[in-house]
Amino acid sequence: MSIRVLRPGLLTTVQDRGRHGHQHVGLCPGGAMDPVSLALANALVGNPPGAAALEITVIGPELEFERDTLVAICGAEFQGAFPHNRPVLARAGSKLSVGRAARGARAYLAAAGGFAIEPVLGSRSTYLPGRFGGFEGRALRHGDLLVLAEDVSRERFARLKRKNGASVRWSAPPLTLPDREPIVVHAIEGQHYASFDSTAQRAFFDTVWRVAPESNRMGFRLAGPPLVRATDDEILSGPTCLGSVQVPPSGVPIVLMADHQTTGGYPRIAEVAAADVPRVAQLAPGATLHFALCSLDTARELRRDASLRLESALRSISWEFGK
Amino acid sequence: MARLPKPLGVVPLGDLAVYVEFSRTLDLEVNSVAQRLAAAIVARALPWIRDVVPALGGVALHFEPGYEGDVRLAAAELVEQCMKKGLPDADDLGREVEVPVCYDAEFALDLPEVSQRLKISPEEIIKRHVKGEYRVLMVGFAPGHPYIGGLDPKLAVPRRAAPRALVPAGSVAIANQQTVVYPYAISGGWNVIGRTPLAAFDAARARPSLFSPGDRVVFRAVERREFVDLLEHK
Repeated sequence: MSIRVLRPGLLTTVQDRGRHGHQHVGLCPGGAMDPVSLALANALVGNPPGAAALEITVIGPELEFERDTLVAICGAEFQGAFPHNRPVLARAGSKLSVGRAARGARAYLAAAGGFAIEPVLGSRSTYLPGRFGGFEGRALRHGDLLVLAEDVSRERFARLKRKNGASVRWSAPPLTLPDREPIVVHAIEGQHYASFDSTAQRAFFDTVWRVAPESNRMGFRLAGPPLVRATDDEILSGPTCLGSVQVPPSGVPIVLMADHQTTGGYPRIAEVAAADVPRVAQLAPGATLHFALCSLDTARELRRDASLRLESALRSISWEFGK
Repeated sequence: MARLPKPLGVVPLGDLAVYVEFSRTLDLEVNSVAQRLAAAIVARALPWIRDVVPALGGVALHFEPGYEGDVRLAAAELVEQCMKKGLPDADDLGREVEVPVCYDAEFALDLPEVSQRLKISPEEIIKRHVKGEYRVLMVGFAPGHPYIGGLDPKLAVPRRAAPRALVPAGSVAIANQQTVVYPYAISGGWNVIGRTPLAAFDAARARPSLFSPGDRVVFRAVERREFVDLLEHK
């Protein structure tokens, strides 16, 4: 009852919804960069929304299934003959080769029953900088064996309505993929917005930013005009948040992502609306975005709308399981 | 009891977190109020708050993603309630953490330079570093990385002009009026004057971080042999 890694891909890690309650000792929550797609992938195989899945990044892995395994891939669209956004019964002995991301950057592969991995500090997420959590605290490698926690694939597959061969006729909606670029990312003014000169303030919201190659799970660097502050006052190191946009002295803004530092001494020009963070996570290096200024109330409404869309998708999926 | 300072403001960190800011400069009194306020908020065990992070000049609150209210208003109200009710005493917060430090030349990478700069002998620097009364002001930058206040003002040196690409794990370093302990081998610009054999962060421990905000810290000078006996780094 296991999945063997024949080729690891660029960066394939085990992620769930992260470990919360440790930021006061400097540990960020981490977890899936796009938790919306994680929840969809899990729902498609009958798992709870926060179960651990494989986060696949830009270049996918090749996997071999020891037994019939119900799996689903959600999030970015990858090249390969594999259907996305629907439950698929991968037959015993079959191989799944996930190619390059064609749209988006990250996909989640969930397997029915979840992975038999011990949680660390309440989460199965891989925290790469600390080398703990997930599969031995690291990205997957050739030859790794991912053991499944429960043998429920056949039973769950049998429960799916309108079954058609190894898959179904319907698919879940992609909720976080960019339909055109640059994507619009809503952001509120950050604490230090006023300390930037008017040119930098305008540039921040007018520029089409490009995700730089030096971007990772800790943060996305954005290529564009350098942002200059009107003052060179030092800032007392303070707390940061997922989606904070920091500007170090180089003037290159950094959007803090899942594995961000919990405190920082760089000015924060903006804060990305929580609803838009999973959409930012779907940008591969080279992809473009621009920021739209929004109010705190609008950010909250965006979050409520996104949550309703996800809930409605999760409800239709669970109906297909005959729940 | 001294009157409690009012926050300068409640700054949104996006729509799911706020920073309740008390000071924009380092002030140990204010930091202590932040610690006490954080403890009062944690004690309420509110289901809609999932992270309470005391920082140098205030407290950050991270909300559950399902929270539907206005985080800024909710935080302002919560802070006012806690302040009205009275905060726990600073002496009742935190624990005492004893940190063995070996100040031998092989670990004290920047001690000669610091000594030259301050015109104080290495022996005197060590003596003064051990004698300090320290408090953890904040843990951040990396898991388990403490910012510790209470350094002897005579030991105040700026950070190194060129940061090291890799500071060895366990390094004990100073800059300005603070001292830090590096939990991992990471880059950093603080002046390294010794090394502790203790692991500042270990996810496998029941209490992963050796230091928590508000802890009192006591540095104890140890010989190389004891350092080796106590070594926890893998």
